[in-house]
Amino acid sequence: MANPKIITAEEAAALVEEKCRLMCGAFLAVGSPKNIIDALVKQGTKNLHLIAIAPDYDDKGMGKLVASGQVTSMQISWHGSNRASQNGFNSGEIDIEFNPQGILMERIRASGAGLGGFLSPVGLNTVIEEKRGTIELDGKKWVLERPIHGDIAILRAKKADKLGNLTFSKTARNCNPVMAMAAKTVIVEVDEIVETGEIDPEHVISPSVFTDYLVLHK
Amino acid sequence: MLDKNQTQNLIAKRLARELHDGDVVNLGIGIPTLIPNHLPEDIHIITHSENGIVGFGETPEPGKEDPDLTNAGAGFITEIPGTAFVDSALSFAIIRGGHLNLTVLGALQVDQEGSIANWMIPGKFVPGIGGAMDLCAGSPRVLAATTHMDKHGNSKILKKCTLPLTCSKCVSLIVTDMAVMEVTKTGLVLKEISYWTNIEDVKKATEADLIIPENVGTFE
Repeated sequence: MANPKIITAEEAAALVEEKCRLMCGAFLAVGSPKNIIDALVKQGTKNLHLIAIAPDYDDKGMGKLVASGQVTSMQISWHGSNRASQNGFNSGEIDIEFNPQGILMERIRASGAGLGGFLSPVGLNTVIEEKRGTIELDGKKWVLERPIHGDIAILRAKKADKLGNLTFSKTARNCNPVMAMAAKTVIVEVDEIVETGEIDPEHVISPSVFTDYLVLHK
Repeated sequence: MLDKNQTQNLIAKRLARELHDGDVVNLGIGIPTLIPNHLPEDIHIITHSENGIVGFGETPEPGKEDPDLTNAGAGFITEIPGTAFVDSALSFAIIRGGHLNLTVLGALQVDQEGSIANWMIPGKFVPGIGGAMDLCAGSPRVLAATTHMDKHGNSKILKKCTLPLTCSKCVSLIVTDMAVMEVTKTGLVLKEISYWTNIEDVKKATEADLIIPENVGTFE
């Protein structure tokens, strides 16, 4: 929804309740909503379901939420950089669904785009096929992929206007605009908030319609 | 005997010969990222990194790193004329849509049918899938870059992969520190051996069935 309310990182964290399906932007802590994550760690909300490319590092990015024991399940692509996540997976304390990274993105995009799923060639004849199931269409076998939605997305952008249009910074863009489409409530931590109309419409990456709350990064 | 750095560069240097001017390529973490250092000056490639950049330059000088400008291994990179930034979904649409010319991936195991395993060792090491399955499914050419044997001296070039697969029957060329092998319909063909080995040693180090033609080249 456009016309986002400007709130503090603490107020953003307070929107996250136990068992929340929490989407979090970043690629290895690049493009990470760091202030909101820190506030959420301080708040201590538990039993979170994390949806992310990777849970960053134990001491950097959203990995802090895993290291602090607040995450009980995840849909991710990779966690080679997070020791707490690997330990939690190995001990069975954290339930993890691993996804091919591009398929994870497309599943998130699909939910944001109102699709019921899609047919993918990725992971045929691997464990992915066994876990997801297949469909035959026009003589070809495909993996059936379902959409992934979030209750709340905490994201990072470079600049927002007061209407909620967003621009990003280089590879800090990564999954942030994709997740902006796919959660009921979208909270974006930004470096700068400008007047509506100050961002060239050709430069808007994520249109205002997705943005519910803005947090100014400190 | 070559040390680890020399071994990696031997493989990367040989792989560089597989790249053509104008190729759009995704180079996996590890040995593949060394390939651009070995390209002749008249070969210009467009490098793609799945975290969301098409066309990037070398590692920046110390002190000039931009925290918002990294590759898929979280290493710092640089913008060059022609760089484009994309979101993660578009980045993988480029991969799966067949818009890359080739990808080079590291491997735990590769087999004579071109199947590759590089994402987990059950019960021991489960880092996750990352972008490898999308890259294998979408790239017209998948090349594997690996040492011929693991650190325990076991062959990584097998009749059939025993670890969970990343992709079935997708690799067309395997380049190791000992050999260059092509996956063909009739089997795995030994194309070249390293200057520092011989065919007998390559045979001993290879669990897969190797087809050895009359003429086998060398690389160094």
